[in-house]
Amino acid sequence: MLLNDEVKMLKQVPLFAGVSPAKLKLLAFTSERVSYRAGEVLCRQGDAGDAAFVLLSGRADVIVDGPTGQIKVAEIEENAIVGEIAILCDVARTATVKAASAVEALRISKDNFFKLMSDFPEMTIEVVRVLADRLSQTTVELSEARSRVAELSKR
Amino acid sequence: MLDPNISRYIWTHTKRQQLWVLAVVAASMIPYFLSLNLPKQIVNGPIQGDGFADPSATQTFMQIAFDLPFIGHVSLFDGVDLNRLSMLFALSGVFLLLVIVNGLFKYYINTYKGRLGERLLRRIRFTLVDHILRFPPATFKRLKGAEISSMVKDEVEPLGGFTGDAFVAPALLGGQAIMALAFIFVQSVPLGLITAALVGVQAFIIPRMRRRLLVLGRERQLTARELAGRVSEIVDGINTIHAYDTSNFERADISSRLGRIYKIRFDIYQWKFLVKFINNFLASVTPFLFYSVGGYLALQGQLDIGQLVAVIGAYKDLPGPLKELIDWDQNRQDVQIKYNQVIGQFAVDGLLEPAIQAVSTERADGKLMGPLSAINLGVTDDTGAVGLDRVNFSLPPGETVAIIGNAGSGAEIMAEVLSRIIWPTHGQISIGDADLHALPESLSGRSITYAGPEAYFFFGTVRDNLLYGLKHAPITDPVFEGDALTQRQWEKREAIWAGNPDYDINADWIDFAHQGASDQAALMPAVYAALDAVSLTRDMFDLALRSNVNLEEHAELKSKTVEMRQVLRDALTKADLNGLIEPFEPGTYNTEATVIENLLFGNARSPELKAGAIIDNPYFLSVLKQQGLADLLFAMGTEVARNAIELFSDLPPDHPFFQQLTFMRADDIPTYAMLLKNIDKTKGNINEADRAMMIRLSFDYIEPRHRFGLLTPEMMAQIVAFRTAFHEGLPANLKDAVELYDPEQYMVSGTLLDNMLFGRISQKYRDGVERIYGVAGGVLRELGIYDTLLSIGLDFHIGAGGKRLTSVQRQKLALARALIRRSDYYLFNRPLSALDTRTQEQVLTASLKYLHRDGRKPAVAWVISNARFANQFDRVAVFERGRLVEDGSHAELSQKNGIFKELMSA
Repeated sequence: MLLNDEVKMLKQVPLFAGVSPAKLKLLAFTSERVSYRAGEVLCRQGDAGDAAFVLLSGRADVIVDGPTGQIKVAEIEENAIVGEIAILCDVARTATVKAASAVEALRISKDNFFKLMSDFPEMTIEVVRVLADRLSQTTVELSEARSRVAELSKR
Repeated sequence: MLDPNISRYIWTHTKRQQLWVLAVVAASMIPYFLSLNLPKQIVNGPIQGDGFADPSATQTFMQIAFDLPFIGHVSLFDGVDLNRLSMLFALSGVFLLLVIVNGLFKYYINTYKGRLGERLLRRIRFTLVDHILRFPPATFKRLKGAEISSMVKDEVEPLGGFTGDAFVAPALLGGQAIMALAFIFVQSVPLGLITAALVGVQAFIIPRMRRRLLVLGRERQLTARELAGRVSEIVDGINTIHAYDTSNFERADISSRLGRIYKIRFDIYQWKFLVKFINNFLASVTPFLFYSVGGYLALQGQLDIGQLVAVIGAYKDLPGPLKELIDWDQNRQDVQIKYNQVIGQFAVDGLLEPAIQAVSTERADGKLMGPLSAINLGVTDDTGAVGLDRVNFSLPPGETVAIIGNAGSGAEIMAEVLSRIIWPTHGQISIGDADLHALPESLSGRSITYAGPEAYFFFGTVRDNLLYGLKHAPITDPVFEGDALTQRQWEKREAIWAGNPDYDINADWIDFAHQGASDQAALMPAVYAALDAVSLTRDMFDLALRSNVNLEEHAELKSKTVEMRQVLRDALTKADLNGLIEPFEPGTYNTEATVIENLLFGNARSPELKAGAIIDNPYFLSVLKQQGLADLLFAMGTEVARNAIELFSDLPPDHPFFQQLTFMRADDIPTYAMLLKNIDKTKGNINEADRAMMIRLSFDYIEPRHRFGLLTPEMMAQIVAFRTAFHEGLPANLKDAVELYDPEQYMVSGTLLDNMLFGRISQKYRDGVERIYGVAGGVLRELGIYDTLLSIGLDFHIGAGGKRLTSVQRQKLALARALIRRSDYYLFNRPLSALDTRTQEQVLTASLKYLHRDGRKPAVAWVISNARFANQFDRVAVFERGRLVEDGSHAELSQKNGIFKELMSA
């Protein structure tokens, strides 16, 4: 796949929708193009986060180590960005991301990601929006889980 | 301690030799005076005919006879009668003989004096270094290494030269001067008195004037020593200087120091030549007085002319020795000052007794029984800050103790005191019944092993430094034979004469049997295990793989490495990673390699074919044109330039993205932009240099990496065709300039890794290198070169102070160096502070396990930086503000609501 094709694909990612094609090309060029086979791990929970991934094709599972074993918390598809939390808050990876099918991805290193955010405010807004979405979804799931716990304990 | 008086010091250590050389000098005077008298005999006798009035007259030659009191006349040799001509030749022959004898005497005396001086110099230097080794630890807080080393090396140097002349010169020169003076007195008492007075003035004034020179000389010595200290500070602190942009401050400092040295030297010159002028003046005033006063006396008839001439003749012999004598005295004072300066620095209170460091080949295990304990221990540093306050702590044999405390709690100081790095101000440290500080280092230094956060490494390889902690005493002397034996005996003799120890540096200094091994090779598995424990093995592999291996030393690697290429590829396939390496194949374009690598298909050995210069090579260019590639690559380079400019032209030149731009630098962009415009305007009709510039851009292009879509299959085929044409037509001067990629051959010009991979790691896989490492370890073991590789890694030269290693590697190496020692007590003082917590825990666990291997049970005290690790120890000691506040098992302390619990939750 050539740079120009990648730019077309990046165009589809909501996060980069507002960014001009020339800048996307730069993003693609400075990022690493990586492929994973099904079952391979993009990043592992607990490791230091040094990059975010944009899935160009394929699917991946987001898995968290729970007290009772591994729990799959989400599934991501192409045009999604993953792994940005660890590099934004400088914490260890909060989850493991595992390829569910063959995956093509762009690996954006931490430094480049920050540089992009500061150069393109529209991208920052988009990142905030994605995070807020996730937060609200998590909140909903949490309240559901709580009410279920409450119901169970009533019995 | 060294004698403060240099002459006495020299006399003490060389009196026998000094007396001998004085005797030889005295003996040498006999042929010397004979040779002075001989010319007169030759001229008067055979040449002018004195006593040969009759042609047949003969004289007795070589009659040796003299009168002795009480014995009477003694005749040893009656002599032979010779005629005039024979006499001439005989006397001339004697003259020649005396010249040779005099020369030989001089030769012997000079060499003897030189040797004497060098031996004494060796003695002084050794004594100084011996003192450094025995300084109490606190001394080193105020010492600058470079200043001390400049003292040992440069400042004592003149002492050597002076030694030989210390007693001989004054005796000889003084004797000559007195003789000349006495002769003058014999000729005329008044003239003698004049001469003596002037000599007295000279001998009185000149040394006094020179005193200022000595003061200046001392200043010069001090400033030069400080300069040496500053230069080494610049070297040591270079990173700080760069980081804080203080290089010009340093320049100013050096410049002002050099200015001071210059000023001092200039003053020295001014005085020196002034003194010289006055000295010469006084010396020439004497003849003036001879002419005027002596002439007056002669005219008055009180002195006859013959006497006056004789006096003037005798005076010629006086200034020379006198001047040399004054110079000698000057030199003596100079050397004395230098010597005082040096020994003043080395006069340190509390020097360790030599017995404490006495060499011993006896093992220390089991000699020290009982707990290593601190009793009522207090440590106050030179500023008065209290480090430890009345601490009672005990480390019983076989127990493992974790020491915890925040920074400044005294935990580190505890470890340092126990290992004798810091001396306690009050209280005592004992092992069993013995006072730790009274024990010889051969016991304490072997029974106790210490590793701290900052370890020093010596200039050498990883291996040298790993084994450094085992080299206590020469265990087995190498066996010498023939010339080597003579050489060794000479070394020993000289060492003893110069007061040096005669240990052989080439002996086996490691007690292998004690380590449970027969020789160094047998010791290595334990060393490798220690490297594993501190997780340094991987680093050693990296070092080995990135090195250009000396094939003469490791001949088996050559074939094994070539063999490994296929084995590794098979193993990768088995691990479902085929395609991770794209191998070099003679008939195929390697898409993961650059264009130039594909063109050359080999490593350039000569500079003219290296990446930057190859485009200027006429042969390369001609083949490029002949193969029709010149235009294609030019077009490709132009596209690369267009893409690069499109991507990067809007970015400021310091933007981090420029790191991704491998084929040009940020400041090249305007140049290429201009060039592109020019190409568009002239429709590609540009000069050769500009064309070459564009072609060069194409060289670093890798399709999967840059993804501009510029390489077509036809072009790849053409590049492959170029290889053959290029190598077949290679002119004679370039025959060895390229080492071809040959799947069956080891590439001498490549690193070990290049040779094992024999290809490029594909961009497609993330962490390709990691994955290859994962597979390669097993393959290396399978091929039996795992240990060879580790061994090559251990041969890595770590540079000054280990600076070629990272701080993490240095800490790991220091820990490994401590682990491989067999001691009864181990003290670890935050040895892993540079590592992340997870690795720290992993290394700590592995290290404890390593120490307890083979059923050994040493005592371990470990200052840990994270309270979580404490559960791995039998006991936990918590320090706060210099006091031991909690001491007990992990379970006990976890129950208590104390500081330990606080630390755990922090």
